[in-house]
Amino acid sequence: MIVFRQIGAVVLKDLLVELRSPTRLSSLFFYAFALLLMVAFASSTTDVMRRQAGGVLWIGLLLASTRSFDQSFQAEHDEGALEGLVLWPVRPVALYYGKALANALSVSVVALALLPLLIALYDVNMRGDVGQLVLGVVLGAGALAAPGTLLAGITSQARGASALLPLLLFPTVVPAVLAASRVTTLVMEGDPMGQASAWLGVVGALNLIHWTASGLLFRWVVEDA
Amino acid sequence: MSAANPGIAVDVAGLARRFGPRWVLKRLDLAVPAGESLLITGPNGSGKTTLLRCLATALKPHEGQIRLDGDDLWRARDRFRGSIAFVSHATRLYEDLSARDNLVVWARLGGLPVDADSLLRRVSLPVDRRDPVRTFSAGMRRRLALAVALLKTPRLMLLDEPFTALDPEGRALVGAVLDDLRSRHATIVLTSHHPEEAAPYCTAAAHLDDGRIAWRGTPAEAVAKATP
Amino acid sequence: MKFAWEHVVGALGLVLFAVGQYQGLFVSPAEREMGDVARILYVHVPSAWLALVAFTCAFVAAAGTLFTGRKGFDALLEASSEVGVASGVLLMITGALFARPTWGVFWSWDARLTTTAILVLTFFGVVVLRSLVPDPDKRATWSAVVTIFAAINVPITYYSVDWWRSIHQMRSDAEAMSGSIRSVLMLNALAFLLLGTWLIAQRYRLARAHARAEEPLPLPREEAAS
Repeated sequence: MIVFRQIGAVVLKDLLVELRSPTRLSSLFFYAFALLLMVAFASSTTDVMRRQAGGVLWIGLLLASTRSFDQSFQAEHDEGALEGLVLWPVRPVALYYGKALANALSVSVVALALLPLLIALYDVNMRGDVGQLVLGVVLGAGALAAPGTLLAGITSQARGASALLPLLLFPTVVPAVLAASRVTTLVMEGDPMGQASAWLGVVGALNLIHWTASGLLFRWVVEDA
Repeated sequence: MSAANPGIAVDVAGLARRFGPRWVLKRLDLAVPAGESLLITGPNGSGKTTLLRCLATALKPHEGQIRLDGDDLWRARDRFRGSIAFVSHATRLYEDLSARDNLVVWARLGGLPVDADSLLRRVSLPVDRRDPVRTFSAGMRRRLALAVALLKTPRLMLLDEPFTALDPEGRALVGAVLDDLRSRHATIVLTSHHPEEAAPYCTAAAHLDDGRIAWRGTPAEAVAKATP
Repeated sequence: MKFAWEHVVGALGLVLFAVGQYQGLFVSPAEREMGDVARILYVHVPSAWLALVAFTCAFVAAAGTLFTGRKGFDALLEASSEVGVASGVLLMITGALFARPTWGVFWSWDARLTTTAILVLTFFGVVVLRSLVPDPDKRATWSAVVTIFAAINVPITYYSVDWWRSIHQMRSDAEAMSGSIRSVLMLNALAFLLLGTWLIAQRYRLARAHARAEEPLPLPREEAAS
C-alpha cells in the first residue's frame, strides 16, 4: 500500500538527514546527559540518587526531546520542503507516522545510550529484567514522540512558537513520563511485587491512544484548511 | 510520455484568494488548453505566485473554481498532485543532503523511478559530488530543484520565475527542459519578469494585474509590451 | 443594537453572587472541623464547576471548528479557553489557601490536582499559541487541534495519576457537608455559573468583533466585461 511505502520513505529520509547532520542526535544526548549529571551532583545521598534515577532519566529525555522534535521540522522549513511534501504528494498520515517513528527511534537510541551511564553514575544495583527495561524505554520514547511530533508540527510553523512547544507538550505527556519512569525505577529496583508489567501496559495503552489520535489530527496541521 | 497521456487542460473561473484581509486574486478567469506553454507577466504583488500556488494545490481557493480536465482541482487534489510539478522560489531541498541524496529521497517519497546520474547531467550538476546542498550557489540549487521536479514527468508544469538567479548556461538549461516538456505535450504555466527570456519557449502569454488577467496574447506581444 | 441576553444572566448572577458570598462569609455556620477556613470553599468549589463548564465548552468548540469550519466556534474557543484559564487559576489558588491550614500543605500531586494543573496549563498554552499565529484560519485550526488533543489527555491523566498515587496511598478527599452548607454552596455555584456564562458570552462577542475586523472587505462587484 502506498501509505506504508511513504511512511518508510519518510522515516528513511529523516534518518538520512539525521545521519548527515549528526549534531542533532548528539546534542539530544548531551542535553539529557547534562541534566543527569546536574541532578547527580545535587543529590544529597547515594540512596536518594538511586531512587531518583528512573525519574531523572525521563525528565532529561523529555527536555532534550522537545528540542529534537522541533528540529526535525526545521529541516522541512529551511527550504519549504514541508509544503513540497504535501504537494508531492505525500499523504499527511504518512508524513506524520514517518516523522514520529523517526523521532521515536532517535529518542530510543539516546535513551538506551544513556542507560548504562545512568546505572553507573547513580550507583544503581541493576537487578531487574533488562528486557523489560529496554521495552519500557522504547515504549516511553514512543509515547513522547507521538504527541511531540504533532505539536512540533504546529509550533514549527508559527513564528516564535518554538519556545511554546514545551508548554504544550509537557501537560500532554505527564501520564507517559509517569508510567515510563515508574517502569524504569521498578525494574532497576528489581520489581519485588511484579508491578512493572502493569505499568508497561499503561505505557503501551498510551502509545496506542496517542499514535492514533495524532495520526488523525495531523492533516489539519499541514494542509491549507 | 506518450500522446495518450497529454498535458492537462486548465480552466480557472472566478478564482479569488486572500491573505488575511487583503484580496490578492480577485475573481480571476483563465483558460489554458492542454499542451499550451503560457507565459504570465505582471508587476510585483499582482498575484502571479499566488495563482501558481493555487494551481499547485498549495492554496485553497476562497472563491471560484479551478478545473483540471473538467474536474474540480481542490476536491481531486490527491489524484492530481502526482501529475503536477511546481518549481517555486522555495527550492524544497534538504540542505544537509547531497544533490544525489535529494533526488533519491524525493523519488522514494513518490515511489518514482530515478536515474540520478542522468538527471544530474541533464541539469549540468556534477554527478559525483557529495557536498551538501548547503554549499551550493543559488543557481545550482535552482537547477537541482528543477531536476527534482522532473522526477515526476509532470503533465502540468508550474514554474515561478524560473530564469531568475541563473547564468546564461542555466537559462539555456531551463529552456531545454521546457522544450522537452512541450514536445511531450505537457501543459506549462510560467511567470517571469523578463518576458524576452521566456518568450522563445512559450506558445501564449497573459498579463496579470491587480489580481486579474488584464490581457491575453502571444509571447511576442508580451515582449513588445514590456520593452518601453 | 441587539439586546444582549447575557446581561440578564449576568445581572442575576451578580445578585446571586452577592447574596451567596454574604451568606457564605457571615451567615452560614462555620464548618464543624475546619472552621472558618472552609468558607473559602464557597469560592473554590464553584470555580471548579465553572472551569469544568468552560473547558467542556472549549472542547465542543474545537470539534465544531474542525468539522464545520464555522468562525463562531473559533470565537467560542477563544472565549471559553480564557475564562477556563481564569477560573482554573482561581481554583488552584483558593485550593492552596484552603489546603495549607487544613492539611498542612499548599499542594499535593493527587489525581484531581494534577489533572487540574495540567488542564489549566494546556489552555494557557492554547491562549499563547493563538497570540502567535496571525492567520485567522490557521489559528482556528491549530488551537482546535491542540484543544482536542488535550481533551483526550484529561481522562488518561486522571486515571494514571490516580493509580500512581494509590500506590503511595495519598488522597485528599473533601469532607461530607451538612445541609445548610450545601444550599449556600449551590447558591454560589449557580452564581458562578451565571457570571461565567455572562463572561464567556461577552468574550465571545468580543472575539467575533475582532474576527469581523480582520475579515476582508468583500470583493468589488464585477465590472463590465474586460
